[in-house]
This record gives sequence, C-alpha cells and structure tokens, in this order.
Amino acid sequence: MNWTSTDTWIVVVGILCAVACALPGCFLVLRKMSMMGDAISHAVLPGLAIAFIITGTRASVPMFIGAAAAGVLTAVFTQWISKLGNVDRGAAMGIVFTTLFAVGLLLIRQAADNVDIDPDCVLHGSIEFTPLDTVAIGNLFIPRAAIVNGSVLLLNLAIIIVLFKELKLSAFDPDLADTLGFSSRFLHYLLMTMVAVTTVAAFESVGSIIVIAMLIVPPATALLLTHRMVPMLVIATATAALSAIIGHLSAIIVPTWFGQTSSTSTSGMIAFAAGLLFALAWLFSPLEGIVTRRLRRSCDLQDPELSTN
Amino acid sequence: MHSESLKSQSTFPPKSTEPRPEHPPEVPLAIHDLTVAYHRKPVLWDVELNIPEGKLVGIVGPNGAGKSTLLKACLDLIPKTSGWAHIYGKPYRKARHLVAYVPQRESVDWDFPVTALDVVAMGSYRRLGWFRRVSRKENDRARDALDQVGIAHLADRQINQLSGGQQQRVFLARALMQDAELYLMDEPFAAVDAATEEAIVILLRSLSERGKTCLVVHHDLATVTNYFDWLVLLNMRVVASGPAEETFTRENLQKTYGGKLSLLEKAAEALRHSIE
Repeated sequence: MNWTSTDTWIVVVGILCAVACALPGCFLVLRKMSMMGDAISHAVLPGLAIAFIITGTRASVPMFIGAAAAGVLTAVFTQWISKLGNVDRGAAMGIVFTTLFAVGLLLIRQAADNVDIDPDCVLHGSIEFTPLDTVAIGNLFIPRAAIVNGSVLLLNLAIIIVLFKELKLSAFDPDLADTLGFSSRFLHYLLMTMVAVTTVAAFESVGSIIVIAMLIVPPATALLLTHRMVPMLVIATATAALSAIIGHLSAIIVPTWFGQTSSTSTSGMIAFAAGLLFALAWLFSPLEGIVTRRLRRSCDLQDPELSTN
Repeated sequence: MHSESLKSQSTFPPKSTEPRPEHPPEVPLAIHDLTVAYHRKPVLWDVELNIPEGKLVGIVGPNGAGKSTLLKACLDLIPKTSGWAHIYGKPYRKARHLVAYVPQRESVDWDFPVTALDVVAMGSYRRLGWFRRVSRKENDRARDALDQVGIAHLADRQINQLSGGQQQRVFLARALMQDAELYLMDEPFAAVDAATEEAIVILLRSLSERGKTCLVVHHDLATVTNYFDWLVLLNMRVVASGPAEETFTRENLQKTYGGKLSLLEKAAEALRHSIE
C-alpha cells in the first residue's frame, strides 16, 4: 500500500464530514426524522440553481447560501404540509423534496444548460479530489473541504454543547418545551438549519452518499450500544470517525484482493463501513445484540438454578 | 369589601348574572368563552369555567369530549379560536411559573435514551432558563421528587425499563419538580397498577392540602367522587361544574354521556333485576 499525504487529507476530510453529520444526526434519529437529511440533500438543487441564476457565478458563497436556504425551506414546507394537509410527515417530506428536486432540474435545464452545473456534479462531489483544492494558511496548504467541514463541525459541536438541555427537551417532549417557554418550533428549525448547512457543506465536497449515511447510521449504531444521551453522541462520533478511516483504507486495500490495481470509491466505502459497524453493533451489542441475547439465553439454560425456575 | 370577596369566593362559581371581573387574580384557572376548532371542526364550544383554589378537580366526559384539548388550550399548546383562559388572572405566557403539566403517557417516546432522573430534572428547566445546565442541586431535588412518588430507587434506570405505572410516576415527579400552584394532568390514572393509583391519589391529596389546585382528566366514573372534590362534566361544552357530590348526578351524567350512558345503565339495571 502506498500511503501519501493525499491519503491522510482524504481521511481527515472524511472524519470531519462524518462527525459533523453524525452530531445533528443523533437528534434527527431521536426525533424519528432520519430521512430529513436525504430530503434536504435533494431539495437543495433549486437553491443552487436560483443562486446561480441570480449571481451568474458558481462562487461557493452564494451557492452555499442558496442551498442552505432551500434546505431550511424543505423543513418548513414539510411542516406545513403535514400540519395543514393532515399528511403523515414522511409522506410530506417525500412530496416536498421530490417536487423541489424536480424544480431544480427544470431550472438548471432552462437557465443554466450551457454551464457546467449538472445535477450529478452538484450532488456527487468526490472526496478523492478534495486534497487538490487547497487554501494556503501560512505555508501550509490545507484542503478547502477540510476547512469548510471543520468549521461546520465546530459550529455543530458548539450549538449542541450550549443548547444540549434545550435540544434534548424539545426532542423528547416538545409540548413540555413549549409550556416551559422553550419554543419547540425555534429549536426544530435550529436543528433543521444545522442539518441543512451541514448537508450542503459536506456533499459539496464529499458527495451525498456519505452525508445521508453519516446522518443516520452512526447515531443508530450508538443507540444500539447505549441508553444515554451523552454516550450516544460520543459513540456516534467515534463510529463516524472510524467509518471514515476504515472506509478509505478498504477503498485502497479491498480492490487488491480481487487483483485490481486501482482503488475504489472512498465515499462508497465509508458509507459501507458505517453499515458494517452498525451490523456488528446489531449482532454483538452488550445491551441487546442478537448474538449476545442468544448467548445469554443459552447460558441461562445451562445454569441449573435458572432452568429449574 | 374583604368579606364580600370572600363570600363570592365561597359561592363558586359566581352566577352568570353577576358582573365578572376581567382578571380575577385569586382564581387559579378562569376560562371565558373558549372555543377551539381543529380543521374548522369545533372541539370545545363556548367553555365558561372557574376553578376554585386548592380543589382536586376531575374533568369527566366521553371520548372526544375535548378534555385533553381543554388542558392544551389553557397551556397555549393549541390555538384558541376565541375566548381566553387566565391563570391567577394572567395569560399563560405570563404565568408559566404557576403551572405544571402532566401530559398523557403515550405522548412521548419512552425509548428515548434518558434516565428517570433526567426526565424529572426537566421540571427544573424553566427556572434554569436558556443555556444553564442542570447542576447537583437540581438533581438532588429531582431525587426528592422521585422519592415523593415512591420510586427513588429507579432514578438511574433508562425510562424504557420502567413499567407503565412507574413511567406515570416519573411524569408526576417532573410536575412536582416545577413547584407550581396549578397542576394540569391528562389521564394520570390511565392503565396504571393499583399501587400507582394509590400513590397518585395520596400525592393529589397532599398537593391539595398544601393549597395547590389540580385539574385531572379522568375516565373511571366509579372512582370520581372518591378522588375529587370538584367536578367538571364536559362534552364539547361544560355540562356542569361544581362540588363533586352535587354535580355527580344521574341527570348531569345523562346530559354528558347522552345515549351511551343510558345504554350502560339499562344494562346495569337489567343485571340487577336478574340477580334479584
């Protein structure tokens, strides 16, 4: 294996993205809104298109603002449709993001057809190329993606540390939050904004598959391993980081097993590694893993005192 | 003047012909002309209610009578189509510190990764305000509250490892933690074990002895007069409201439950005849 500084940067960017997603993802999973990340990552397309039409450039700041605004709108529209139309929230989410995605496609076709902004390149950034786009800080060349996703990670971490009590309360019992004077609506949209900003920052640099996977899989894995909030956030963070490391390593190593010389998609491998870690937790979690429970039961049966009961 | 106001307090509720003060500050809960509608369908219609201080108040009525809605409208959780509900003479947003709410047990996800103690400590969040964390002091008070409902030993259990009755007690402990004057409880007796039922009754009585007012949505007509000293019979409108013995009459129940109750009663009477 030929490990270069490029590989190190890929892993660093991967870890930053994965953890930045996993933190707000914990609250999404607890609120049973896991697919919000998927919805937002599609629904930002019209935001990108409109930002492009207005500014005429592909500069990242207006694009970012447009995409994040569209992401937050997804959450707003979903809420409206499910409240006013008495529609199930999952269905409302589906209606909103497919419609917005379609609008985005149409806008891009009509207004920006001759520019290089096809949905593929918007939705599937590629983590392998992030070390090429660097920013010089002093005499250090740091990938732009590392700075962007690192900032988002710090922002998410800061919000969760400062508003941990409020986010926990509004996720567990929004009615109580409202009666105590903590607006559950404000906290809901704060979380949605965090998810939108994180999603946009991450998929612009590393592709949507990592984003969607990291919003859901590490938090779900953590929930299998603990029944407490703070450990959940810590385990989700660790799982996300581990997925990034394992993912990139196996993207390099696994193809050689099959006699191939080039490495495979790191994004795909990171998401796959997360799925694998989830499966391990599901099987062997000391709390309620499938295998653990089976073992415990067979131990109980062998224990004469218990089996006579 | 003082004796006058005391007198008017003792003859609760004031007769409708008497001029009502706009903001009666001595009344824990005053509701005037309250109408609530979901999707243009009225759930509560022109509710007029004055709840006297220190009473254990049972709210009784058939399914869909708007009992939960009444509590939620008082707490600003549901928009009011018209009318107002004042707590000690103030709108809810200015009286948060005076009210504790015990929602229905099914309203939250009990798989949530928090302990019983965490949930009870949530009762201190309003006092803490934004940003400030739960400290040792709040956790000690939360343990005390759990002790008052008899499950201090379960403080560190995850909430999904508690029985239904224990979960209900956690909710009650959380309300105690708020140290309120008015307690609004939505079906605390629903599907709990006998021990929990007794614990809740003892708790309600001790609250009432300390001058607190409790409004409790209740289902079981057999225990109504044992548990409560004031009754509100509700079926979209207030059918009757007053001291429990005077209000719990056959006629009032008939008006509240309509045909359903008469059917039940006929069945009961038929049974009685057949036994005789």
